[in-house]
Amino acid sequence: MDGFQEQLWVLLLGSLLGLELIGKVPPTLHTPLMSGANAISGITMLAALTLMARSGENTLLLSLGSVALGFALFNVVGGFLVTDRMLTMFRSGRKRSGGSQ
Amino acid sequence: MSSAELFQGGLDLLAVALLALGIKGLSKIRSARAANQLAASAMVLAVVGLLVNAQPAAVAWIWMAGGAAVGGVLGAVTARLVPMTAMPETVALFNGCGGTSSLLVALGVLLAAKGDGLTPNLLVLVSIGFSIVVGAITCTGSMVAMGKLQGWLPTPGWMMSRWRHGCNIALATVVLLAAVLTVGGSSDALWPLVASASLLGIGLTLPIGGADMPVVISLLNSYSGVAAAAAGFVVGQRLLIVAGAMVGAAGLILTQVMCAGMNRSLPAVLFGGALGAPSSGSKGSSEYTNITSCSAEECALTLEAAERVVVVPGYGLAVAQAQHTLREVARLLEKHRVTVTYAIHPVAGRMPGHMNVLLAEADVPYEQLREMDVINPEFPATDVVLVLGANDVVNPQAKTDPDSPLYGMPVLDVQEARTVFVVKRGMSAGYSGIKNDLFERPNTSMLFGDAKQVLGNLLGELKILGVGQL
Repeated sequence: MDGFQEQLWVLLLGSLLGLELIGKVPPTLHTPLMSGANAISGITMLAALTLMARSGENTLLLSLGSVALGFALFNVVGGFLVTDRMLTMFRSGRKRSGGSQ
Repeated sequence: MSSAELFQGGLDLLAVALLALGIKGLSKIRSARAANQLAASAMVLAVVGLLVNAQPAAVAWIWMAGGAAVGGVLGAVTARLVPMTAMPETVALFNGCGGTSSLLVALGVLLAAKGDGLTPNLLVLVSIGFSIVVGAITCTGSMVAMGKLQGWLPTPGWMMSRWRHGCNIALATVVLLAAVLTVGGSSDALWPLVASASLLGIGLTLPIGGADMPVVISLLNSYSGVAAAAAGFVVGQRLLIVAGAMVGAAGLILTQVMCAGMNRSLPAVLFGGALGAPSSGSKGSSEYTNITSCSAEECALTLEAAERVVVVPGYGLAVAQAQHTLREVARLLEKHRVTVTYAIHPVAGRMPGHMNVLLAEADVPYEQLREMDVINPEFPATDVVLVLGANDVVNPQAKTDPDSPLYGMPVLDVQEARTVFVVKRGMSAGYSGIKNDLFERPNTSMLFGDAKQVLGNLLGELKILGVGQL
């Protein structure tokens, strides 16, 4: 019960932190921010890993965990890389325009 | 506490700090890229800490490596290959996979407990039920959103009627019942729970129109954070709870911001049905009568004489891959001492901020982009507006016709400019399927054709006129 209460506190404080962090986001960054936050939500991969580590030799659970891990990692790797791709373009766009004019 | 536990605890704390800094940094253009990398490294730290502490068996390592390799490689390839125009459906796809993962983990934990003949305590069972429901809704909802954005899924007619509310309420009731039974320890209710929650995800997303889809994606993004937090409760990991809660809350804020940008309330988006649904009535005058079309030559002549030109890029521009030709036209005009700026509607492109990404890809200087509130007062002093593949966001009906489904949506007041050129493939309706009064205005001329082709012709005409040639 204590553990659960502590977890509820963590949930509450985490939510407040999230509300606080996204203050004034310029419209330019809406798309990258969404895809970046999306990548973070793939953190369920930790839950998949935990499940697998606890599964012993149970093949059903291991394969289920493996699929879950695959989905989560698809989200994490894809999300971070695609966000980076977008943000790189922003940077170089600025730089080059500054150089040529 | 063992030293491995301490190690993991320390790394987790560090990871939370980095994630928070990452989310914070993503909201400023200068720090965004570093922030994204910071968040990514936080994830790596968390995985290392977990693996060191949990010490999985050899078999588990093999399964982990397999799943991670397949998911990681597919993710990397997708991220690299996907065109920037397809960003909304890409985010939806990634998001759906995150939700699916939470769903599978919750199922796995429940099956594991059943296999051991143990009953998890009530709180864990509630978390599992919650994780299954939110995970399943995120999964199918995101897939439907992706299908709709790709144009694979039309909205079936009955989904537009009131009917769907009854249908969704019935589904929600089944979900609730099955969830209560599952939490109560019944195994029979588990699969009905998964099935009904999945159907609910479809039922909630399918009726929502294409124009509102970005809001839905943002909301689903928030859900996938909630699903991650729920999974954190299931396996008892604080890091997941914090990270999931942060993403969930941030997603909600972003959803709000987007709704404000479109002047739509969240309930209207979720339950109001598709924009421009064939609602009969105000559709009487959907035929265009007074269209003036013109040639690239005339347009070039007008541009040559202009001092201030504003380009309104829309999704049609991106589809035609014409950003680069546009950039060349703009370069010529700039050399001719014409001031060229770009008016960016909050939902230009296919999701908020999407057009900025697409123009950045075409190397358009970032400083030339103007937000709607900044550019709107400047239209009366503008000589020429070039509307490229945008439609609903320049529809004056949104301000003048209270019966229009677009009424109230903030739009760019391009009709205030001296001359408006609209480049468009044909007279087909826009995203929302609503007639655009702008096209019939006396100061509007249409240039029909594919945006890239029209801009190519325009470029040729400008060169013939000697614009920008020193």
